[in-house]
Amino acid sequence: MTAYIVRRLGLILLTVLIASMVIFIATQLLPGDVAHVILGQFATPAAIENLREELGLNRPAVVQYADWLARFVTGDWGKSMVSGYAVRPLVLARLRNSFMLAILAFSLYVPLGIALGVVAAVNADRALDRALSALTMTFVGLPEFVSGLILIGTLALSWDLLPANSSISPDSGFLEAFPYLVLPAIAISLTCLGYVARMTRASTIDALRSDYAMAADLKGLPRIQVLLRHVLRNSLLPTVTVVAVSIGWLFGGLIVVESVFGYPGLGRLLVYGIQHRDLTLIQACSMVVVTIFGFANLLADVLYGVLNPRIRFSQ
Amino acid sequence: MDKSTSQSEGQTVLEIKGLGVIYESEKGPLETVRDVSLKIGRGEVYGLVGESGSGKTTLARAVVRYLPRNGRISSGSVLLNGIDLLHLSPVEMRRVWGAKIAMVHQDPSAAVNPSLTVGEQVAEVARIHLGLSRGPAWQKALEMLAKVQLPDPGAMARRYPHQLSGGMLQRILIAAALITSPQLLIMDEPTTSLDVTTEAVILDLIRDLLKDYETAVLYITHNLGVIANVCDRVGVMYAGRLVEEGSIQQVFKHSLFPYTMGLMGCVPRIDVVRRGILLNTIPGFIPRPGEWPRGCIFAGRCPIVEEACRDTPMPLVEREPGHLTACRRWTGMDRVQVAFGIKDKVAQEHHPASGSTWLEAKDVKKYFGTGSSWLTRALKRRSTSVRAVDGISLRAQSGATVGIVGESGCGKTTFARCVVGLEQPTAGEVMLDGKRLGSTWAKRSPEILRQIQMVFQNPDASLNPFHPVGTSVSRPIMLRSRLSRSELDLQVRALFRAVRLPEDYTSRLPHELSGGEKQRVAIARAFAASPSVIICDEPVSSLDVSVQASLMNLLAELQSSKETTYLFISHDLAAVRHLSDRIAVIYLGQIVETGSAESVFAPPYHPYTEALFSAIPIPDPDVHRERIRLRGAVPSAAHIPSGCRFHTRCPRNIGTICEDHEPPWQDAGDDHFIQCHIPFQQLRAMQNAKADRHAVQVRAQA
Repeated sequence: MTAYIVRRLGLILLTVLIASMVIFIATQLLPGDVAHVILGQFATPAAIENLREELGLNRPAVVQYADWLARFVTGDWGKSMVSGYAVRPLVLARLRNSFMLAILAFSLYVPLGIALGVVAAVNADRALDRALSALTMTFVGLPEFVSGLILIGTLALSWDLLPANSSISPDSGFLEAFPYLVLPAIAISLTCLGYVARMTRASTIDALRSDYAMAADLKGLPRIQVLLRHVLRNSLLPTVTVVAVSIGWLFGGLIVVESVFGYPGLGRLLVYGIQHRDLTLIQACSMVVVTIFGFANLLADVLYGVLNPRIRFSQ
Repeated sequence: MDKSTSQSEGQTVLEIKGLGVIYESEKGPLETVRDVSLKIGRGEVYGLVGESGSGKTTLARAVVRYLPRNGRISSGSVLLNGIDLLHLSPVEMRRVWGAKIAMVHQDPSAAVNPSLTVGEQVAEVARIHLGLSRGPAWQKALEMLAKVQLPDPGAMARRYPHQLSGGMLQRILIAAALITSPQLLIMDEPTTSLDVTTEAVILDLIRDLLKDYETAVLYITHNLGVIANVCDRVGVMYAGRLVEEGSIQQVFKHSLFPYTMGLMGCVPRIDVVRRGILLNTIPGFIPRPGEWPRGCIFAGRCPIVEEACRDTPMPLVEREPGHLTACRRWTGMDRVQVAFGIKDKVAQEHHPASGSTWLEAKDVKKYFGTGSSWLTRALKRRSTSVRAVDGISLRAQSGATVGIVGESGCGKTTFARCVVGLEQPTAGEVMLDGKRLGSTWAKRSPEILRQIQMVFQNPDASLNPFHPVGTSVSRPIMLRSRLSRSELDLQVRALFRAVRLPEDYTSRLPHELSGGEKQRVAIARAFAASPSVIICDEPVSSLDVSVQASLMNLLAELQSSKETTYLFISHDLAAVRHLSDRIAVIYLGQIVETGSAESVFAPPYHPYTEALFSAIPIPDPDVHRERIRLRGAVPSAAHIPSGCRFHTRCPRNIGTICEDHEPPWQDAGDDHFIQCHIPFQQLRAMQNAKADRHAVQVRAQA
């Protein structure tokens, strides 16, 4: 088990490392010179050369990367190229807001997705299953900006149940922000809800058809006990992985949804950074998202190992 | 053992009356079981035997009302101690399951929940049906584990299924089934997925356990030997119908239904049949549901069929006390004997060319590394390698068959893959006609590749599902020679004729063929290259007995006409003996005994061969043999025991010498070698003593 966790951790650190290279190459090394970006298209060659020297852009790429990575790991995320403020406090504050939104969305779609999946599986190939399948497929296929707009149009504008705009003060507390979180949370949840429900359905159907489910039935155990102890205990294992991977999609979805609702989170900050070509900001935001994604996967692997005796008991 | 008298005394526990089952399919309703009636008394073991597709499992599922959603019971009744189960509600059925009817399933590793401890899976039954709370239920479960002879029940109960072998898991399932002392126990092929040695131990256990319980048992299997060893009465199922029923003696000794007689002749007998004799076969196929004939269900394949048989269906009628048959011509059974081909039973004279060694393996080894990643190695501080094949040398003469036999995990398949070049041996070499071969297929010339062909166990996996089977067979011919389309077609058709397949099958896709037909295609493909050596890796194990028989006959005939050398690999000792000239017995990657087929199966035996031999259930109720049983499963090839690698399970272990020293090869004469510490004179003396004891017993019984 220890070996398993260590191996997984190593793999995820490697993934993050490779992602950091891609981010660095995409932002700093590709054509579209950083000094040009900062100084604008009318800058003199001499000014650009000076800035390049100052930013260390004339050094070999590998040295630049190592320097950047070392500073990033030690907490020096640089200064915004647009505003000149330190990037780290800004990113972390917005990360907190995104977390509030993500946690609400997560606690909406995980239980609901699993429940829908199980209900569909138990009624496999019946009318209810078909209806649920159609519904979840729609959720999966519907982009967040469309579902977000539909939600705003109905729940907010037509029925006036919830605020249509979530552009609250960036340092609001959770309770204060709650009414503004509901609509964006639902909008992000739908896609993940669809995925979780469909995966749960598939693995639960497999488990229901297994010999051990038949054996449990023929032991005369009550149906609910067969379902909980024998079927779900095994069928939810793959779901755990899907749920963890969905955290990645969740943060991807944030970028769109936060923009639609004007919510001051990490996604909106990233979009702002891209619009203003603020490379330091883009790097920091991307690295945070990549790291969260990686550790969500680590969490999935560890949980899977803990729940699966075949991994737990291999020395 | 002879409990055949007990059936009349015990009251009837299960009574099935006129049961019919229908499956809804795309083609409309398909009848899979029709009008089956039978009774099982208290303490009686009723065997239900039949080939795949005969409806025996469907019948069992109908009895417990656990049919798939598209299946329904169309007629009849199922009475358990007088109560009609078909009238119970689903909730009431759940109170019957586990408490009154328990079931043991075919594949134990699939029938246990991988996420719960095995003890818990036994104890939960006690909690539900015996009303015990957690502690007492666990205690009761431990008692049951002791009863099914699992060592150290306390520790065993806390283990998870993946930590136990198949045989141990089957004991767990038996414990869970018997914990409530059910009125009826249904066992559906409980030993089919196990090794013969494990099967023998589990069958002993079942027999012994059932003495303590008053349970009525419905025992389903395709294996006639198992039926003869475990059951009191037997019912033979064919195409959804019960065609014969009687005591073991009646059905095995003077059967009254032609199909049963045919089936008996299909099985190679380890104790009777010798090389060069063809097995009985039953021509034709089991009629599929929806294609059942109007009259007798067996009429299409029956050698003594008459017009009346085809017109009117025949019910099961009691013709002798306790012996029922659905054959109207039951008095003419002696003619069936003749008709099923005893007249041309002897194959063409078989003379393997002596002297010339054609295929030779020299000290072939194949080790697989485990924990090969640097991290695992760093954490474990040692790496273990799996010694799958650990120095196998053997020779096969031109046109002869060398049989390789051993339990699963002994390395026989890995060895075969080394010979054909699918695996690169860690050490050793393979020679063909005196020439050294490249270590993998990539290093061998097309000519060599052509000369060594292989027939795999599973024809579903070895035939390309998108190619017509004729194309699959034509490929090796194209490898050998440039032919025009029509010439090629001619050759393919000739091969199809040779393996007894209709010529128009060439354009069919694999899924349109039955399992036996697919394996015929695979054999045709192997012969298409005109090879000098064919490696048959369990070629018949996945097939029904009647199909097995015809394929083994086919292999024997093709060999005698084409002078091909076979390496015949199987766990089935009877099949190996039936086809082989020489036999090598393998244990944990090494040969422990080798010799001619006659000498390996005549004393003195290696203790392992003796145990394998003794484990095989013989389809004859009159043959009683001394039980020699092996403890536990084959040790992992990653941790091979010291000294003689068999010493951990050897019933004739003679102490420290076995544990410390590798045993010497002993020459038993006549090219027969045994690797054992016990001198072969002594082994021979043991066998003679055993034969004497047996003779005394037989006399005492008389």
